[in-house]
Parts: sequence; structure tokens; C-alpha cells
Amino acid sequence: MMLHIDLKKQLFGPLGKIDLKINLDIQEGSFTTLTGKSGSGKTTLLRSLAGLEKASGTIVYNNETWQDSNTFLSPQNRRIGFVFQDYALFENMSIEKNLLFVNNEPKLAQKLLEITELYEMRHRLPTTLSGGQKQRVSLCRAMMLRPKLLLMDEPFSALDLDMRQALQSEVLTLHKEFKTTTIMVSHDPSEIYKLSDRVLVLDHGKIINDGTSKEVFLKTKGSAKFSLEGEIIDILKADILHIAIIAIGQQIVEVVLNSTEASELKIGDKVLTSTKAFSPNITKIS
Amino acid sequence: MLETISSIDFSPFILSFKLAAITTFILFVLSVPFAWFLYNTSSKIKPILEALTALPIVLPPSVLGFYLLVTLSNSSPLGGFVSDFLGVELVFSFTGLVVASCFYSLPFMVQPLQSGFESLNKNMIEASYMSGKNQLQTIMHVALPNMKPSLLTALIVTFAHTVGEFGVVLMIGGSIPDQTKVASVAIYEMVETMDYSMAHIYSALMLTMSFVVLLAVYIFNAKQNKKFGL
Repeated sequence: MMLHIDLKKQLFGPLGKIDLKINLDIQEGSFTTLTGKSGSGKTTLLRSLAGLEKASGTIVYNNETWQDSNTFLSPQNRRIGFVFQDYALFENMSIEKNLLFVNNEPKLAQKLLEITELYEMRHRLPTTLSGGQKQRVSLCRAMMLRPKLLLMDEPFSALDLDMRQALQSEVLTLHKEFKTTTIMVSHDPSEIYKLSDRVLVLDHGKIINDGTSKEVFLKTKGSAKFSLEGEIIDILKADILHIAIIAIGQQIVEVVLNSTEASELKIGDKVLTSTKAFSPNITKIS
Repeated sequence: MLETISSIDFSPFILSFKLAAITTFILFVLSVPFAWFLYNTSSKIKPILEALTALPIVLPPSVLGFYLLVTLSNSSPLGGFVSDFLGVELVFSFTGLVVASCFYSLPFMVQPLQSGFESLNKNMIEASYMSGKNQLQTIMHVALPNMKPSLLTALIVTFAHTVGEFGVVLMIGGSIPDQTKVASVAIYEMVETMDYSMAHIYSALMLTMSFVVLLAVYIFNAKQNKKFGL
């Protein structure tokens, strides 16, 4: 029970001419994330799966051929839910109508709107909603078809951190509830870690890394116990010491450097900050 | 005063509005799929079709009228065929005026519709396809309702432009009372026969009605734009 993808397409993007070449099997019910630089082919792969773009090759879902040399199933016939980065809601319809237009099943609409806490505002028009609320509607709308496959193209990238985290939890709730096979494009490591069973890293149209989010993102090697990737944003000299100011995610930390390190490192370098001998202390702050 | 008003023959106005209403209806039905095709296609014939559609804007009405007269007259293959088999005369008849008006007003319907489609968020259209809706359902329920200003512009401008038609009408229809003598032609005849007082009344009526219609369109569009925060 799976989705088999074998696609090829030539792309002209910000990275110049690249050959998208993907051969991939996706397990039913899994949550897979595609990540990688812009222009590496993630969105094209997603749109080809949806039938919104044509690439040559084969897509087979269980025993149903969506695409091969003779067949090309239209987007209407694939029963896929698609969540767009810019929400793409039907602006002439209320929240509830956006859902019922897809599939006139009021009970399912009510259930989805209750999970996402939108039921009270179901009669409002999309233009009166915040970005987070719009993306919730978009997610509910995509689930209205009870899709075989849910595709999400950077669904949360336009939202602020709090809203993103709230929506990630809702996506997780919906994923557990409906067990929909999901493929998401994302750049946010914490989001990917939180949501996905499997991460695929695309580069110049090819998959260069394929594993669990732990395998792909946790870069602790050897005996390192604690390891974070960051960027040096400043190097200060204090008496005989050098102190590197490193940005790790949204946090800024100070690390003391010895003189050799100080001479080798410069502002802008990407570094791995790790401890070996001691376990880091963890204190709850909220 | 009352006598003057009661002596006004409104039939040219009624004819003008009847012609405009029928033309607008026919053009709307034909232009929605055509504009949708132009919006979607990247085919090489697109610029050719666009140029052909825009021709009536730049051509002198007499040129268009002349070609239509040649094409639709009984001595032409098309006019002859329609006359022989359907029993319909396409020149100097109301039907002929409708056919000619459809050519003459075509760009005023197609262009606003096409630019309306182009102004829509493409993802919204794709979201409709992903929801299992075909193109017709998408046009009717998603595309057209989200481009009301363009839709209204297309309908009103086509209507108004057909009411204001003169050159083509004169060449194709002549001036047969209750059949082809529309308001613009009636005014022309009044001026020719030096009936200036009646020409004044007709012209003032046309002017007022046209202004009111256009004003209504602009007020509606301003309100719509405000509503959608544009």
C-alpha cells in the first residue's frame, strides 16, 4: 500500500537549468517532508503529484495509475488535498461554504471546523480572517474530500512563530485522526522534526538525503552529546580571551574561543556548537 | 411642454435597448468560454485571436460595416445560405443588426473578462480543480463571482457601446422604423432634416442615460474594491 513516484522533468529556475529526477516510494499513512534550497524542485514535484504540472514518468497510488506513458489523470480525479502557501481560499464564499463547495457533507465540515476552532466564525468571509485562520480554513478545505494524499506547499511560512506552532499541532491532530498520507514542503527544521516521519532533502532536482528527521537533522557525531548548528555573528576580544557570539535558531549564545580558534574563525562562519564531557542542564522556564 | 413629451417617439430608444440587451446576452454567453480559453492558453494562435478580437476598437465603423455588409448580404455565400435555408435576412433587418453588433462590441466583452480572469489568484483556480471541480464549475462558482467589477464592466460597457453604435448600424441596417432605426440613427436623421429641437431631446436623453449607467458602474466598482481591500 503505497505511492510510487518515478518522475523526470527539466526545470529552469533560480539555480539555472536542472534535471528533476525522482524515484521514490511513500508509505501509506506516513508524513513525509521535502526540504532543500529554493529552486531545487520541491514545489514542482508536489505540483506534478497533484496533476497541476506535467512531468514525464509514472505515478501509481496503490493499484491506481495517476500517470504513465498513456495515462494522465486530471487533478479532479486524483482526490488529493492541496494546501497552498497563500491559502487560496474562495473569497466569495464563507468559511463554511468554502468547505461545503468541495464536498457537501455538513457533518464532516462541522467536525473539521471544531478541531480547528473555527466553528463559531463559520459564516465569516475569508477577507475578514487573519493569516493563521485562513490557513486553518485551507487545511480543513483540503480534508473535505477525505483525500488519499494531502500535499502542503510551505503551508506555514507566511505565519508568525506562535501561529505556526499552533497550526503544526492541529496538522498533527488531523493527521492522527484521518491517517492521511501527507507530503509537505518546509524549510523550518523544528517544524519538520515535530511533524514528519521521514525527511527528503532535495538538491538540484535529486534526493540527496533520505531518513528520519533525527537522522537528517541531528548532527551529533562521535561522542558529542549536545550539538547545535549556528552562525558566528561577532567575535569579541576581552583581555586575553576571544568570545564568539553565535546565533543558534532564534537564540544568541556566547562561547569562549582559544587563540587558534579565534584566528581560524570569522564572522559569518557556520559552526557546530557542542559539549562532550558534560550533559547540558535543562531547566523548565514556562 | 406636455405636448412635446407626448410627441416623442420612443420606439428608436426601445429598439436601441432591445438590440443592446440581446447583443450583451449573446456576447456574454460566447465570450466567457472564449476569454477563459485566452486566459488559459499559451498557444501560438493566442496573439492572433487577441488581435482579431481587438480589431473593432481601431477599425472605422464604416470599414467593419462594409465588410459585414458584403459578408452578410444575400449575394454572399453566407448571407445566401442563411437566407435560403433559414429564411432570415441578415442585412436591413433586426437580426442583421444583432449579428453586426456582436462583431462590433466583441472586444468590449472579451477584454474585461480576460483581464478579470488574469487578475484572479491562480492558486484559487487550482484549489477549485483540486476540489474536484471541472472548468465550468470553476468558472461559474469561483472565477466569475471573484471578479465582479470586471464582470460588471464587461456587461455594462458592451451594453452601452451597443446603444451608442452608429456607423455599423447605418451600413447594415439602414433606417427602417421599428426594425433598424435605433436612437443614434434617429438623431442623425433629425439633424439631417433640421429637426433640431427633437434632436436636442433625443441627444439629452442619450447623454443622461449613458452618464447614469457609467456612474453606477464606477460607484459599484469603488465599493467592491473597498470590500476586498484593494
